[in-house]
Order: sequence, then C-alpha cells, then structure tokens
Amino acid sequence: MRYSGLRVIKEALTGHKGWTPAWRDPEPQAAYDIVIIGGGGHGLATAHYLASVFGERRVAVLEKGWIGGGNVGRNTTIIRSNYLLDGNEPFYEFSLKLWEGLEQDLNYNAMVSQRGVMNLIHSDAQRDAYTRRGNAMILNGADAELLDAAQVRREAPFLDFDNARFPIKGALMQRRGGTVRHDAVAWGYARAADSRDVDIIQNCEVTGLRIEDGRCLGVETTRGFIGAKKVGSAVAGSSSRIMDMAGLRLPIESHVLQAFVSEGLKPVIPGVITFGAGHFYVSQSDKGGLVFGGDIDGYNSYAQRGNLPVVEDVCEGGMALMPMIGRARLLRMWGGIMDMSMDGSPIIDRTPVEGLYFNGGWCYGGFKATPASGYAFAHLLARDAPHDTATAYRLDRFATGHMIDEKGMGNQPNLH
Amino acid sequence: MIIDHPLLGPRDSAEFTYIGDASLMRRPDPATASAADWHAYAYLRANPAGTHRELWFHEGGDRSYLVVTRNTLTHEIEGVELARDAARAERTP
Repeated sequence: MRYSGLRVIKEALTGHKGWTPAWRDPEPQAAYDIVIIGGGGHGLATAHYLASVFGERRVAVLEKGWIGGGNVGRNTTIIRSNYLLDGNEPFYEFSLKLWEGLEQDLNYNAMVSQRGVMNLIHSDAQRDAYTRRGNAMILNGADAELLDAAQVRREAPFLDFDNARFPIKGALMQRRGGTVRHDAVAWGYARAADSRDVDIIQNCEVTGLRIEDGRCLGVETTRGFIGAKKVGSAVAGSSSRIMDMAGLRLPIESHVLQAFVSEGLKPVIPGVITFGAGHFYVSQSDKGGLVFGGDIDGYNSYAQRGNLPVVEDVCEGGMALMPMIGRARLLRMWGGIMDMSMDGSPIIDRTPVEGLYFNGGWCYGGFKATPASGYAFAHLLARDAPHDTATAYRLDRFATGHMIDEKGMGNQPNLH
Repeated sequence: MIIDHPLLGPRDSAEFTYIGDASLMRRPDPATASAADWHAYAYLRANPAGTHRELWFHEGGDRSYLVVTRNTLTHEIEGVELARDAARAERTP
C-alpha cells in the first residue's frame, strides 16, 4: 500500500479500516541468496538497497527479537556529517545525502528534520581544530559554517556564555545536520524492503554459522537451518558474538552508552548542541523532551543498562552548558550496547571466511550512518567490492597500519 | 559498581580507570614475537558476553592494578585479585 495525503483522508473518512500491516510475517525459506543477520537500522537498510538498487531477489533479514529493538531504538537520533578524515567524511556526507532523500525513497515519513548541529568552541585551540574540520567538510562537499560568540548567542541565548571554566567563543555549525525519528527509520526500511519481497523474519535467533572448507553455507537458527550463498552480519553491539561462531576475533570491544530524556517542554532548543569542553550533546524531540547523552561507561558490557557515575558526569556537563536544564525532570534513561572499535571507526568488509561478510564497529556513530552503511554493505554483498565511500573500512587495517583514528586516541576503545 | 579491593576493601569503581582485557598482561616476547602476534595482542579481543577477566587501575587510590572477574551481561563482580598475584600465578606452572 502506498501512503499519501489522499490515502490518509480516505481512511479518515472510512473509519481507518483499510490500513494493512507494513510488512509481512513470513516463514523462513530453506535457502536464500543473501541472509542478513540483524534486523536493526543497518540490516534493514542493507536489505532495502540490495532489493531496490542492486536487484537482488532472494534476500532475508533475521532478527532475534523484533525489528528495531536494538540500537536503532536506543540512540539520540542525530544525523550529521562533520568528520575530519578522508576515510570518513565522504562516507558520512553520502549518508546525509541519502537521509535528505529518504522519505521519498521509502514513501515513509521518517521525520527527517534538518535543524542544524552546533559544536561549541571554548578555546582558541578548539577554534583552530574546528576551522580545520569545517574546511575538510567543505572540501568533501558537505556544508560547514564557523559562528562567532554573538552568532551562537542569537541561535541559543540560553547557553552559559560567560562560564569561567568553559566560556563559549563560537561554534562549528552544520545546518544540514539534525534529527530523524529513529523507529520510523527501521519501520520505513522494513516496509520498503518487504514490498520488494525481502523476507523479514523476527524472533529468529542465529545460534551458529555452518562453515565447511572455509566457506559459509548458511546459518543455524532457533527456527532451523537457513542456507545462504552469502551471509552478512550487521548486529552492532553483538558483532563479537556472531564472529566468534566463525572462530574470528575482532578489533572490537562492546561498551554501553547511556542516553536520557527529560519531561516534555515547550520548544526551547532549536537544533542539536554539543558541548566541546566535556562530552555532552542535547536536542529536543518533536514531543518536547530534551534528549541528551555523554560518554560511554568505559568498560566492556552487554548489559543494556549503565551505572550511576556516568549519569552524574552527563548531568554535570549539561549543567555547565545550560544551567536551565537543572529545572527539568529526567523522565527516563536507557543504555545501548555498541561495538567500540580500536580506532573509533567502522568496518564494512569481507571476512577470511568465504561467503561471510561483516558490518560493525560503529562506536557511537551508527545511527547517522544507517543509509550509507546499508548502501555500502549492499554494494559489498552484491558486487564483492567495496562502495567508493567505504574503501577505507577494512577489517585488516590495524594489521596494515591504515587506521582511521578521528580522535587520535590509539587502540583504546573506551577513549573514542 | 563496588570493587572489593584485596587490600583496601570495598571501593567505588569510579576511583578506578578501566584498562581492558586481562590478556593485556601477557605481552608477547619482543625477541620471538611476529607482526601477527603484536597485531593480535594490541588489537584483537575475545570480548565475551559473560565472564570477563579485566584490568582495573586504582588511579584514585593506591595505584595498584587489579584483575577483576566480572560478568559483562549483569555487571556482577565474581572475583578481585591483585594483578601482581594473578601474573605470578600465571607464570608458575
């Protein structure tokens, strides 16, 4: 069923009896050409682009729970392409361009809202660094503006500009950045993929990989064996568990990142604001809640919940930046499990096992990458060659010395 | 999380800095290690969901290194020992 304004009016007049489920609930077939493990944003986007761009007909997405129940449902919904390094910036800019056309592509309202992303500057050194980053963005076809303190004050007058420790001296602004309704991304991709005969199989946990003579023949699941010519893993957070089934160790640790939402308020924050002195970022959802987060908890975790020291740290960051946040009540908080890679950048590559492909290591950045990640992974699965924007995301880059270390932190996942 | 320090008793984990997998104690021998050995040591991790032996540095305390055995699914701490003792125990056959 195609969605349109006319359709909404027709259904409104006929008691909303004509709506049908957005995707089917099929039984798994015995075999597919391509099986994607993981029904999150990246897995569903991969399936959509496999079917719509690369013409693959026999594709399945396997999800152990319900689709969108993992990290795509547990993030702070920000999209942006303000990266510095050549290995990253073209990829994230490609992603932002796909976001801009997403709703037309999917015929689904994902509430893409380009309300601007502002990274605050607190020191001269930081201004130099952000100027350089802005130039790198512009050279790669993205948009960037350097704002002075007066311009920032016009955008967000409620910030604590004359804070003795963290005075606000300006900002790097990307106006095309913003937020997207995260659940709608999963649902929109699922619906679009399903309409092109992709089987989305929920409540189907992968329990093993069938590998013979170094070749992956399919997956063992709680609903039986499913054969596949190619298997792609897109399970960020649990990547190590899937690749362990193939006997592979990854340059990845799993960590928990907490996020928070306040009670609903009147519109107060125009776009996304990030605090350059600590680690804190905030935006306001369309329902009015302030959505914010900070650092990861810093130690390996699969618990999908965090601990209190980081809650305190995030709230301190918020108070240093905008003291008025102290008057809002915290409504709820949640934790997502992320693949923290050794250089803070993702991996989209073939594995040493023939027919087994890997997409992971997204660190905090997985949500904004969803469309490009899906597109690049689909390209790799369909053509056995990396997409132009993802050539640097190799699994062996740590062995060959081609790290993409945006923050210059080295192999310390909890510092990225 | 509360880490039960073998010498100092229960301490808040916020006093500690997380170093990583306890396997980092087993540095390859520079005389014999290959490039692949160093790559595995520096970058590759087992990253288990469940029991995990890991190094914590008591930065805000007595600056000792501890080996903490912790469940990554529940955050439950199953054991704490001084890294020194753990390293000695590994070396003794």
